[in-house]
Amino acid sequence: MAIRRILIANRGEIAARIMRSCRALNIEVVLAVSAADREGEPARLADRVVCIGAAKSADSYLNAAAIVHAAVATGADAIHPGYGFLSERPILPQLCARAGIVFIGPTADQIVAIGDKLQARAVAETANVPVVPGGEANSRAEAENLARKISTPLLIKAVAGGGGRGLKLVERLEDLPALLDLAAAEAGAAFGDARLYLEHYIGRGRHVEVQVLGDGEGRVIHLGERDCSVQRRYQKLIEETPAPRLTATLRDSLQQAAVRIAQLIAYRSAGTVEFIVDTRGDAFYFLEMNARIQVEHPVTEAVTGVDLIAEQIAIAGGNGLRLRQSGVRSVGCAIECRVNAEDYRNEFRPSPGRIRDVTWPSGEGIRVDTHVVPGSNIPPFYDSLLAKIIASGPDRTRALARLRAAIAMTRISGVASNLGFHTAVLDDAEFQTGGVDTGYVDRLYARRPDLRGLRAAGVSNG
Amino acid sequence: MTLTAADVAEIMRLVEQSKFDELSLEIDGIKMTLRRGGASGEIIRSVTQSGPAVAPVARAAAPSAAAGLGDANHMDITSPMLGTFYRAPKPGSAPFVDIGSAVDEDSVIAIIEVMKLMNTVRAGARGVITQILPADETLVEFGEVLMRMRKDP
Repeated sequence: MAIRRILIANRGEIAARIMRSCRALNIEVVLAVSAADREGEPARLADRVVCIGAAKSADSYLNAAAIVHAAVATGADAIHPGYGFLSERPILPQLCARAGIVFIGPTADQIVAIGDKLQARAVAETANVPVVPGGEANSRAEAENLARKISTPLLIKAVAGGGGRGLKLVERLEDLPALLDLAAAEAGAAFGDARLYLEHYIGRGRHVEVQVLGDGEGRVIHLGERDCSVQRRYQKLIEETPAPRLTATLRDSLQQAAVRIAQLIAYRSAGTVEFIVDTRGDAFYFLEMNARIQVEHPVTEAVTGVDLIAEQIAIAGGNGLRLRQSGVRSVGCAIECRVNAEDYRNEFRPSPGRIRDVTWPSGEGIRVDTHVVPGSNIPPFYDSLLAKIIASGPDRTRALARLRAAIAMTRISGVASNLGFHTAVLDDAEFQTGGVDTGYVDRLYARRPDLRGLRAAGVSNG
Repeated sequence: MTLTAADVAEIMRLVEQSKFDELSLEIDGIKMTLRRGGASGEIIRSVTQSGPAVAPVARAAAPSAAAGLGDANHMDITSPMLGTFYRAPKPGSAPFVDIGSAVDEDSVIAIIEVMKLMNTVRAGARGVITQILPADETLVEFGEVLMRMRKDP
């Protein structure tokens, strides 16, 4: 069916981003907002705004019934869930199906299969993709047996997990029982599902993920990979494509592995297959698959020229895959930093409030995805992402230089931001060399105690 | 017999005040289940039938006193949720209230339907309805003013 009106069930920069693609496609936009977002910039840009509930996410952006009802009542053909909130909950596509609304994303069954991390591991294994040694840990005895087999350090993970909740690092076997209890309690509280599994912990790993698009009939293409190893407590801060310092063979293997996994489940829409790449060798392992558009999708768009949101809409509208693998050409490098309203000198504490003034950068190879304008209110109820600044260039050196200049051009007053942290990363020799692992941020802090709000150390022990 | 809105409101009031967590009722093919849900002690119910389905999920959002006509005695009754606004328990039957109707705190003034689930809205104060804003059977948003009332002194 032709999609002519889309209800966006999200907020912030991604709501504004989806709207931009809708405008280009001449699709009308209904924006579902919470009471806290009525006055925001996305609401001003939408053709129609409906308030679906109170500020608290549970009453609004997580209220699937209100969202689908709003879509029907406003004559929307389809719902775009963005990322987070209901984007990976089967209830939204299920209610959409019942109401005759198109869900722009994978099927409910795919969301369930991918959301269950053990099922996802099994899919990867069937697709002949290596997984990190590990498995189910339903009882303490089973967990202890398995832990001895895969050896420490290991990670306890929630089967229904994500976002670091229920995640525990076990360095000594004797700590396992206590950490299992803790992880089960956390997982139960966060996901309503206390099931756990164990994986060997790869200490020096890089987080590399592959963007895929599937038509739901088994045809899948990839749009290259992204390196998201600059993380703090599992929160990504900087992402880039292509992943620096990968051998051509490894890069190709990752891309093919992602395609095999998505093909196996006849994945529909845009998705991302995450891997951990062991920096000590050329080994890589499947981590998980994300059944949604991701925050960092613009770097892929910057080098391929593909509008991933537009492709999602085309697939949802029954137009299938409009691209062939041979038609996807990646040119140059792109890098993104997430500008958050958080005080990086103070444990990255969130800093909600009113933006007094803001100047976003512009120029050759610069893209800014944001919903923030002077006077915008940053409510305390949601994540603190203010903007994504994306720089691209013919090579990594020039992309980094452009990003650095763009950050220097950016002015934000009224709330704290992490711009200073990003500058520190871009100035750091290890990051400039490229190919850092997920332990990078800790090392940066060790070198730059001033980033913690401490005075710079006069001497370093190396 | 048929179940009137007043009956349903009365039944719900009884359940709310009782120690029971669940009530199942079947009258003339109308099957109604009322269940106390969540820590809030609010009542959630499902009604499976073809006739009047009524289910108060939440009380009206905290009435914003004095929002109405700049008069402390005037009060807005706002919608506690997004949904379809119904003035009557079923098509063709008399509306819950009209302009001039006297209401008390627990009087049901409207139904908001969300994905086939019916939620009652109560007046929240004692007084007289002075204005009804949305048209019947139209979409109302969270926080939208449904009615205005003059509170009893």
